[in-house]
Amino acid sequence: MQAICEKPESFIDTPTHFCPGCGHGIVLRLIAEIIDAWGIRDKTIGLAPVGCSVLAYNYLDIDMCEAAHGRPPAVATGIKRVHPDHFVFAYQGDGDLAAIGMAEIIHAANRGEHITFIFVNNAIYGMTNGQMAPTTLVGQKSATTLSGRNPSNDGYPIRVCELLSVLEGSSYIERVSISSPENIRKTKKAIEKGFKTQKEKRGFSLIEILSPCPIYWRMDAIESMKYIDEKMTRTFPLGIIKDWE
Amino acid sequence: MKQLLTGNEAAAEAAIYAGCRYYYGYPITPQNELINYMSVRMPQVKGTFIQAESEIAAINMVYGSAAAGGRTMTSSSSPGISLKQEGISYLAGSELPCVIVNIQRGGPGLGDISASQADYFQSVKGGGHGDYRVIVLAPSSVQEMADLVYDAFDLADKYRNPVLILGDAQIGQLMEPVEFKKEFRENLPQKEWALTGAKNRNRKIIKSFYPVKGELEVFNAKLQNKYKEIEKNEVRYEAVNIHKADVILVAYGTSARICKEVVRKSHQFKFRIGLIRPISLWPFPSEFIREMSERARCMLTVEMSAGQMLEDVRLAVEGRCPVHFYGRTGGGVPTSLEIIKKIVEIMPKNRAAKTLLQFAEVK
Ligand SMILES: Cc1ncc(C[n+]2csc(CCOP(=O)(O)OP(=O)(O)O)c2C)c(N)n1
Ligand code: SF4
Ligand SMILES: [Mg+2]
Repeated sequence: MQAICEKPESFIDTPTHFCPGCGHGIVLRLIAEIIDAWGIRDKTIGLAPVGCSVLAYNYLDIDMCEAAHGRPPAVATGIKRVHPDHFVFAYQGDGDLAAIGMAEIIHAANRGEHITFIFVNNAIYGMTNGQMAPTTLVGQKSATTLSGRNPSNDGYPIRVCELLSVLEGSSYIERVSISSPENIRKTKKAIEKGFKTQKEKRGFSLIEILSPCPIYWRMDAIESMKYIDEKMTRTFPLGIIKDWE
Repeated sequence: MKQLLTGNEAAAEAAIYAGCRYYYGYPITPQNELINYMSVRMPQVKGTFIQAESEIAAINMVYGSAAAGGRTMTSSSSPGISLKQEGISYLAGSELPCVIVNIQRGGPGLGDISASQADYFQSVKGGGHGDYRVIVLAPSSVQEMADLVYDAFDLADKYRNPVLILGDAQIGQLMEPVEFKKEFRENLPQKEWALTGAKNRNRKIIKSFYPVKGELEVFNAKLQNKYKEIEKNEVRYEAVNIHKADVILVAYGTSARICKEVVRKSHQFKFRIGLIRPISLWPFPSEFIREMSERARCMLTVEMSAGQMLEDVRLAVEGRCPVHFYGRTGGGVPTSLEIIKKIVEIMPKNRAAKTLLQFAEVK
């Protein structure tokens, strides 16, 4: 019998620490699939952020590095300058990338670093128990916006892709989601394009992935996927925002 | 061949000599000559120079290059070093080697841009969060800046630990002849623990996170053992005119230069003045100071601060002799005359009266 679907070789067989229905595991698996398919385990270095995916290195069987909260773009820059021909990617949440680490991501983009950023937007601070993120939707409830995000006090959700796309140093920027098998396939393609961007030394690439956090969205897994399609994509429209091809 | 360089430039060139090829900085006075020099010099040796968007970014770029196995450095002055502290804690917690240069200026807050030694606590007592130590070396001349920066890279690699060079505006901006006597290092061997891609080997992880109960305590014990080794092996100090000294001055960096002048002038006195100049501020030369405190009448710590190293001197002395203090803050630099006056004040009246008071009044 031939297996149609297997655990990727560079995906470590270990119990997950993510909550049921969480999107992080799906995204990490996609990365492992690409590393396998491209045969680049020996020349890939990944960055784990501070957030629910802090333990990303528990799942990816490649050289990996921690970074302080928000600093993966700076740490990845330091690594890439030492190994300019390796694949370097940074995995970041929305608090990590768009709040505390906004300066670092803008400047990494502006320098056109040949690094791929995998930006998991779940519109919430998962790890610290569900506070408002810079990407939390207007009206969305969180531990620090109990009656919903109110722009007059809390500001608006930040569209990271659009923001970075105006910088001359950014090359490939796409927003995808993992709300359905079809969207997951598109996400994988987008990440591959990110890797291709750095392989060809075309500069900065970022893939924003709309991803569920059923726990702090106070929904079940299926509702969360619907929420992405029906609510999140209205604020964060899917598609390629910038491309070099 | 001797060159005339500022302390800042000497630090930069010494780093190049030591094989540092990854420099990340952010402008701040009084260390600007260092970042400016690196922007020219790094491309010449095919190294990396990035003017980072902040000190926070710079220290985290250092973290990345260190994790990837490169010799790497950043530099700044007091407010910028404050910003780097989280990063330094992560570097210590991930056991990553690097060199950080602090050309101190006056504080707190924006303070001013003149020389100060008010970052002693921040440098030797941790600075960032957690139980960690960085090796702290304090040059008192441009030549010593060059020598210590070079050694700092070896120490950092030997112990997989950050090393901080603690200078000040005077040491950084002063021009003196300097010679780079040591080997010009290039193509250093790869570090076996570094991230290079998991080629024909198991993967590696560089991290400071130990979420499983008990693991962090084990890791901290390992760190503390390493620090004990460093304390045993890496103490550096200079002793001047120390034997049979009645009064021993304790000072580092710029303050120590002025204290040396006091020691020179003291040949005219009826009693002896010596100097202990800690070169490694951590590990601190506690044992030597303790030993000397049993022989001296008293000690006088001189600093460009309100009295920070003073605490470590007192801890070392443990009451064996009185430990006095003279300091200036906020950009004030003690003069040799001020120090002599202080010595007169602290010496027993009968001994001081005839010999020193008279001298102290001389303008
Ligand atoms: C300097 C610092 N500030 C705050 C924290 C606490 N903290 C950890 S993760 C996090 C937010 C994570 O949210 P996000 O980046 O969106 O990741 P998610 O957990 O949602 O995947 C915060 C505030 C920290 N570790 N370090
Ligand atoms: S809190 Fe949310 S983001 Fe974090 S693991 Fe759970 S579901 Fe995933
Ligand atoms: Mg989040």
